[in-house]
Amino acid sequence: MLEDFGNLDVLVIGGGNAALCAAITALENGASVLILECSPKSLRGGNSRHTRNMRLAHEKQIDPYTGAYPADEMWNDYMRCTGGMKDPELAKITVYESPGVLDWARAQGVRFQPALAGTLHLSRTNAWFLGGGKSLMNTLYRRAEALGARVLYDAEAIDLDIKDGRFRSATVRIKGQNTVQIPAKTVVIAAGGLQSDLEFLKGAWGAAAENFQIRGTPFDTGTMVKVLLAAGAESVGDPSQGHMVPCDSRSPKFDGGIVTRLDCVTLGLVVNKAGNRFYDEGEDFWGFRYAIWGRLVAQQQDQICYCFVDSKTINKFMPSRYPAIKGNTIGEVARQFGLPVEKVETTVAEFNRAVQPGTFNHTILDDCKTAGLTPSKTHWAQRLDTPPFYGYPLSPGLTFTYFALKVDRRAAVLMKGGQPAENIFAGGEVMAGNILPKGYIGGIGLVIGNIFGRIAGKEAATLAKKSAAVASKEATHAAK
Amino acid sequence: MPQSELIHTGEEMMAVCNSCRYCEGFCAVWPAMEYRRSFAEADLNYLANLCHNCSECYYACQYAPPHEWMINPPQTFAKIRAQSYEQFAWPKPLASAFRANALVVSLVTALMLVLFLFGATQGLGGRSLTAPVPNGNFYQITSHEVLVLAFGAAGLFAALALLIGVVRFWRNIGEQTSDLTNPAALILAVKEALTLKYLDQSGWGCAYPEEKSSQSRRWFHHITFYGFLSCFAATTLGAIYYYGFGWKGPYGYASLPVIFGTLGGIGLLIGPIGLYFLKLRRNSDLEDEKQYGMEVAFIIMLLLTSASGLLLLILRETAAMGTLLVIHLGIVMALFLTLPYGKFVHGVYRFVALVKYALERARKKALGV
Repeated sequence: MLEDFGNLDVLVIGGGNAALCAAITALENGASVLILECSPKSLRGGNSRHTRNMRLAHEKQIDPYTGAYPADEMWNDYMRCTGGMKDPELAKITVYESPGVLDWARAQGVRFQPALAGTLHLSRTNAWFLGGGKSLMNTLYRRAEALGARVLYDAEAIDLDIKDGRFRSATVRIKGQNTVQIPAKTVVIAAGGLQSDLEFLKGAWGAAAENFQIRGTPFDTGTMVKVLLAAGAESVGDPSQGHMVPCDSRSPKFDGGIVTRLDCVTLGLVVNKAGNRFYDEGEDFWGFRYAIWGRLVAQQQDQICYCFVDSKTINKFMPSRYPAIKGNTIGEVARQFGLPVEKVETTVAEFNRAVQPGTFNHTILDDCKTAGLTPSKTHWAQRLDTPPFYGYPLSPGLTFTYFALKVDRRAAVLMKGGQPAENIFAGGEVMAGNILPKGYIGGIGLVIGNIFGRIAGKEAATLAKKSAAVASKEATHAAK
Repeated sequence: MPQSELIHTGEEMMAVCNSCRYCEGFCAVWPAMEYRRSFAEADLNYLANLCHNCSECYYACQYAPPHEWMINPPQTFAKIRAQSYEQFAWPKPLASAFRANALVVSLVTALMLVLFLFGATQGLGGRSLTAPVPNGNFYQITSHEVLVLAFGAAGLFAALALLIGVVRFWRNIGEQTSDLTNPAALILAVKEALTLKYLDQSGWGCAYPEEKSSQSRRWFHHITFYGFLSCFAATTLGAIYYYGFGWKGPYGYASLPVIFGTLGGIGLLIGPIGLYFLKLRRNSDLEDEKQYGMEVAFIIMLLLTSASGLLLLILRETAAMGTLLVIHLGIVMALFLTLPYGKFVHGVYRFVALVKYALERARKKALGV
């Protein structure tokens, strides 16, 4: 069944948002496309299956947003959350090209809806998919197939034949069948980050990585990144950096997705295993801080922390998959976690004493703060004084890694020495590290995937057609 | 699955769904879920009956099988619905009719056909059922009084059984009986039911029978429902003609009862056939296969009713009239008697769930939420 892939224009390795954006764009530019998705059809879409929105700039209030979000403001938010890159070119493309993504997505049939209830601060800035990321992926797959894409599921690219920066074919293991060699004129790598490769994580984090949860697909093992680096590609990013958020410690190792995240931190008090607070829980809106907290938890002993709230706030944040641990006193909750009870009680008592009078308002950076406490809590600080009390155990949940393939503005993979590979392009998490050095800003992952996926698809299709034209000219010449 | 186990599955599912909420934009179930933080049996009965089985949520679900949490709202809600029909059925001993439903409906239909054929031949004395009747006057086969008495009694029984079931359901889901007649809530629920708002999804349609959203199920359901309503209107008009004006049937082809009856009959042919073929194409992973018999039995009963009624109309001036009339009446009687113990109840329970959803929205609004 695979022999007829002999004259393929664009091979897309990966099956998530970036891969499908690349495939659709390549198809629209007249190229033949084969998509290799290493998961079964039911789990297709990589991490995109777990997503729900895109952060897109828009100069005016338009549907589905609740207000304007100028690109300059998005740029500032990006800088505020990530610190920015030394070379900001690709980040600038991401932010300033983002307004066009909405119309592009709608043209593919993607459906949008208002922001989900209970998700604060994102209705103005982010466009939400009706039904979430899996629904997005269903639409993109339908669109790609309607345009003539061929899709192979359970098909994992395990090696690439690359000579002097030129891709020739991919070695593909198809579940239940033989390993085959698939040649193509160009290749787009959109196969996700390295987060599901626990050995890679241990290399970057040491034994601490044992206690990480991988929030998304177990299929993102970074094979393509490793193969390309071995073939002389340049990398970017710190291997220990990634999109990491605090998740419930009771979650499964892989694929827990959105429901394991805990949004209680800004409303509560967080202690480590020793029973001490270690960071300002109310530093900024949760949407700007959740990605920092994953890393904070990862840096604590045994990579675990505990968030305490009381009856005043237990229903003020999104519910999560696992029920809170409940007790009539703080000590009772602490005991169930196996924490040093007296120490936790002291920490809470000191915190309660330090809380200053203020007017609580979770929708703004309010004036409820502590005084004379280290670390302080600078907003939304309320005494924990209304039983019953509740606690959640927090572990680091890794979404994707920022160690990535270095690419240029054409999404071409850069080789060591800075030369772009001739016919190898990349989009999505596999190159997100060119834009995200650390931290995260909610909803930007899919924007990177969309914009660089489409650039990669266009470049690959154009190149494939050019090389086909050259080949046919040569053939005509030879015939003469 | 025992009820407690099924409810536990529902609770576990809701714990995942309520912390995900990606489906919020699809239908009424998800906003109604978000009004809650815990999910007891009553909540699940309510949400399950509010579910229109559109399947959008399943195809959008990041936790659907083969994910280890096996989240499958259409199937789980279908199972809970089936259990709720039994739980609230009146009289209690007849609740088991929901289980071997296809068998029960077949037996009742066969029994009614035998009874009506026997009754008719007895009533006719020595006359043959196939003897010509002038002008297709069916009252010469069965008298008007017998028809009114038999169908009036069956109709009243069905209505009473449905009403008691609905009130039991209403109280189970935590509402006062008096709130069932809240005018604002009723108006909203009627509007949402008559337009099948939650199979429409703002014009996208629903993921039935396949992943790609389509309006086909909504339209075939509309054709079925309005066909049913049109037949009901025809009967009502006939009663008004008879009692109000003293006009006795059979009515002419251009009369209102015949026009409504004919249109309704055609609707009840096209609609159920369409729904059946959509059902054949549906992904079986979303189905509660135990309900297949009940669903198909109802579709067949509607088809038999409309087909026999239309045939009777077409052939009413031939020798076949007598036999066709008796067969049609037998089928309609079986349909009436089995209405409270089969697929038909989904309409009343879902409607009542929509009334509660309207009340809940009004209450939230009053609280300023």
